[in-house]
Amino acid sequence: MLTASETGVRIYNLGPLEQVPLGEGRAFLVGSTPVAVFRPRNGKVYATQALCTHKGGPLADGLLGGETLVCPLHAYRFNLATGQPVGHECSALRTYAVVVGPDGCIRLALP
Amino acid sequence: MAAKQRLVLIGNGMAGARFLEELTSLGGGEQYDIVAFGDEPYGNYNRILLSGVVSGTHDPKDIFINPLSWYREKGVTLHAGVRAGWIDRDSKKVYAPNNIGETYDKLVLATGSQPFVPPLEGLTREDGRFKEGVFVFRTLDDCSAILAYAQQAKRVAVIGGGLLGLEAARGLLKQGLEVHIVHLTAHLMDAQLDPSSAKLLQRAMESMNIHVHLEKSSTALLGNECVSGIGFKDGSRLDCDMVVLSAGIRPNVDLARASGLTVQRGIVVHNDLSCRNDPNVFAIGECAQHNNVVYGLVAPLWEQARVLAERLSGKNPQAVYRGSRVSTKLKVMGVDLAVMGDKDPRHEEDEVVTYVEPSRGIYKKLVVRDGKLAGAILLGDGQMTPRLLQAFDRSELLPESRSELLFSLGEQSQKLSVADMPDDTQVCNCNGVSKAKLLAAIKGGARSLKAVCDATRAGTGCGSCKPQVQAILEWAADGLVAEDPSVHYYVPGVPLTKVELVRAIKGQDLRSVSAVFAVLAEGREDAASKLGLASLLKTIWGKDYEDERDARFINDRVHANIQNDGTFSVIPRIYGGVTSPDQLRRIADVAEKYQARMVKITGGQRIDLLGLPKESLPAVWQDLGMPSGHAYTKAFRTCKTCVGTDFCRYGLGDSTGLGIQIEQRFQGIESPHKMKLAASGCPRNCAEATTKDVGAVAIEGGRWEVYVGGAAGSKVRKGDVLCVVDTHDEVMQYMGRFMQYYREQGKYLERTYDFVERVGVDHLRQVLVEDSEGMCERLDAEIQAAINAYVDPWKEADHPKHPAQFVRELAVVED
Ligand code: SRM
Ligand SMILES: Cc1cc2nc3c(=O)[nH]c(=O)nc-3n(C[C@H](O)[C@H](O)[C@H](O)COP(=O)(O)OP(=O)(O)OC[C@H]3O[C@@H](n4cnc5c(N)ncnc54)[C@H](O)[C@@H]3O)c2cc1C
Ligand code: SF4
Ligand code: FES
Repeated sequence: MLTASETGVRIYNLGPLEQVPLGEGRAFLVGSTPVAVFRPRNGKVYATQALCTHKGGPLADGLLGGETLVCPLHAYRFNLATGQPVGHECSALRTYAVVVGPDGCIRLALP
Repeated sequence: MAAKQRLVLIGNGMAGARFLEELTSLGGGEQYDIVAFGDEPYGNYNRILLSGVVSGTHDPKDIFINPLSWYREKGVTLHAGVRAGWIDRDSKKVYAPNNIGETYDKLVLATGSQPFVPPLEGLTREDGRFKEGVFVFRTLDDCSAILAYAQQAKRVAVIGGGLLGLEAARGLLKQGLEVHIVHLTAHLMDAQLDPSSAKLLQRAMESMNIHVHLEKSSTALLGNECVSGIGFKDGSRLDCDMVVLSAGIRPNVDLARASGLTVQRGIVVHNDLSCRNDPNVFAIGECAQHNNVVYGLVAPLWEQARVLAERLSGKNPQAVYRGSRVSTKLKVMGVDLAVMGDKDPRHEEDEVVTYVEPSRGIYKKLVVRDGKLAGAILLGDGQMTPRLLQAFDRSELLPESRSELLFSLGEQSQKLSVADMPDDTQVCNCNGVSKAKLLAAIKGGARSLKAVCDATRAGTGCGSCKPQVQAILEWAADGLVAEDPSVHYYVPGVPLTKVELVRAIKGQDLRSVSAVFAVLAEGREDAASKLGLASLLKTIWGKDYEDERDARFINDRVHANIQNDGTFSVIPRIYGGVTSPDQLRRIADVAEKYQARMVKITGGQRIDLLGLPKESLPAVWQDLGMPSGHAYTKAFRTCKTCVGTDFCRYGLGDSTGLGIQIEQRFQGIESPHKMKLAASGCPRNCAEATTKDVGAVAIEGGRWEVYVGGAAGSKVRKGDVLCVVDTHDEVMQYMGRFMQYYREQGKYLERTYDFVERVGVDHLRQVLVEDSEGMCERLDAEIQAAINAYVDPWKEADHPKHPAQFVRELAVVED
């Protein structure tokens, strides 16, 4: 869960969830940090670093299947919840805590 | 997790930087704090391209491999432009000027080598620096200095007729100087060539106007401040106003020697690349000496970098380096020379095969040992070089008939049996998967082609290696090969064959991808299955298909092709490859206005605007005012044409007109895989129609042959003639019928060349021409419906599907 009391973290309001089409992702520039926010059809919301650890592919343009993210450039897969690589050896994605508030806006915590 | 160790690298050249790349890609960044010293004030660059820089074929900025920013991204502390001066192995610390001190747990030396400077009288001035106009040839800075001086020099002498000297000479010739090569022994490149080939090479160089002086031992450089000539042992002299010293290289080992490491010609290392007398210090590249060999080429050091990275990252602690078989090509424009291994026989039994054609400067020599290639010299004719390099690298057993090795007789003898294929052979060239990796996966339990491919990513690129992977699987899994059921599924995520799936979809009225997952896959959404399902549902439901954009690949969400840097390419439709000044003008304006990184004539007879950011796409399309060329999607792509009866003296049919009609009719029709067409005006087939998915070729008597299932991509296949007809309308009717049948019967991503082979052309003729199944009328109606339903996707510029459809990045304000 997200609370401002978490030490050092800063919480950003990314605006309404609808900005991100259902089943897709979009990139946000949060302060100076590029972040990819995903809205798969399983109803959850996830956030990871914006660029693929393989060769910098734009992850927000990827395909989603449940908790799995497929990078658009070379189809390497990652787990959205953990950021862990699936079936390859590239390093894991940084993930960020994210929730949709009662106001329907996306809230994201940056360390 | 244990505290990070400290890894220090000295030498940020080709070996050092490659090692960093390998190490960080294996997650070494998590295990080590990495510090690197690089004497040169840059990131790192491709040294072997310096020859190109001197000859002007490469711009210095184009030869950089990793800029300084790369080191930052990888968390590597790089002391750029800092020369490590002293290693204290007791306190495990490396010292450098400006009291830099870096302690290490592991130390890697990759200090390379430096040019050997012969002891020449009058080489330097009082202040110890080289005379004006005297240069060595090793670094980017050397090159810049050489190029700058060449502008005002007239006559340059290159001392040393080895690989490097020749490349330097050729480069300076291109800079417009009169070029002389001065060489110590009786023939050029004596390290790699035998006398006969050296003579031919010399002739080739001289025919370019490079003056070659052999058996000349330089003793002095003439001139006071500036060099004015070279003095030779035999008393003769050569006037020149510029000198490039290229007399060999010497490993940079002083640092290692001073710190008490065992040094002979190079730093002596074991098979694990650690120094003989210090297990925590390693050496790679030209400064290392591995079982009495010091290498002077890049291929070996790439292997060394890989091995060391695997060991130190823990990825493969057992990795060892066993030495390399070296081959090299002379990068001299106008001369085709490749050498590998031994230039002469070494043992009685060695067999030597030579072919000489002096008039054309061709010389081919093979040294064969125990039926394998031990060495080769290939001059003047490179057609067999790739084949021989492979045979050499992999120590293949050579075919009995040696002539097969000297002259290409087509494809034969390419296939090497998987059994005697060495483990490090790269099987999948797209993803760099070696035989060893495949074997590991198979040992690890992968027993089907799919399982092996999933586990290794082999075959997931262009797919052309799958047969080989299959062969290796069958050979290694000794009889245990499993036919896993999922290969019959239409998509991996839904356990049904195509027939079952179609029945279920129709039976339960499933019109969207999410509905299919919900009903037929227990709600489990599978990314890898989305695209295939979308394409199937579309062919089943047509305009009643519920199009969910998240089931599309990014290309189909934004109707452009994603590029390696996340930008997109735009290819507008140019019907039949026929354009107009007005169109070209608009394309040019758009290219300038939106700063396309490249404007390129494609292989499909149209124009590609590359490197455009996502958000600019709608405006680009509006300004172009041309429809989409669908170059990004699985659909009808293009119809190439030739000039035909309109202009060509051989033209038998109006191929241009037909091509334009075809493209106007079928543009954008979706299909299991892309469809590329062509229409040729006569059997000379200038539009390559016989190797297209569907093609038309005009023949005598004003008739047209309709071809299907041709290919000239990752696979080459001559199409089969479906039928021969009289009119454009008939051509298009049969083409349309075939396309619809393929749309219904083809598997997702099954290109026509596989489809036609699978169902067989005879069957196609019966069904599509003789109407054996009475479905022609329906097929014609269905394709017509698809044509009527066509809308130009670029219209979404005016009506985006979603406000954020073309948004690349949404900026955010702080809470
Ligand atoms: C732009 C172009 C190269 C060029 O500069 O000329 C091109 C570019 C790409 N081709 Fe191609 N192909 C291009 C003509 C061809 C041709 C020649 C032709 O069309 O006459 C072929 C051989 C004929 C054929 O299609 O087989 C060709 C065979 C391929 C293949 C191999 C297909 C096969 O099964 O053999 C692929 C890979 C695939 O489709 O899976 C491919 C895939 C690609 C992709 C889309 C790879 C990708 O998914 O990103 C390339 C996009 C590059 C980019 O960043 O935009 N491209 N490609 C050509 C566009 C033609 C056009 O105007 O639409
Ligand atoms: C013009 C040219 C063309 C070539 N063409 C080919 C070719 O076609 N094919 C081929 O296979 N090979 C070719 N080579 C050879 C190839 O470039 C070398 O084999 C390769 O660069 C060796 O890599 P290395 O890392 O061992 O040494 P280098 O690439 O020289 O790197 C060593 C680095 O360490 C630095 N260094 C040295 N001492 C210190 C110190 N004490 N502190 C900090 N840094 C230090 C040096 O400044 C240098 O940057 C060519 C070489 C040249 C010069
Ligand atoms: S354009 Fe085609 S051939 Fe060229 S790199 Fe891309 S896919 Fe390969
Ligand atoms: S960049 Fe993401 S898979 Fe290659």
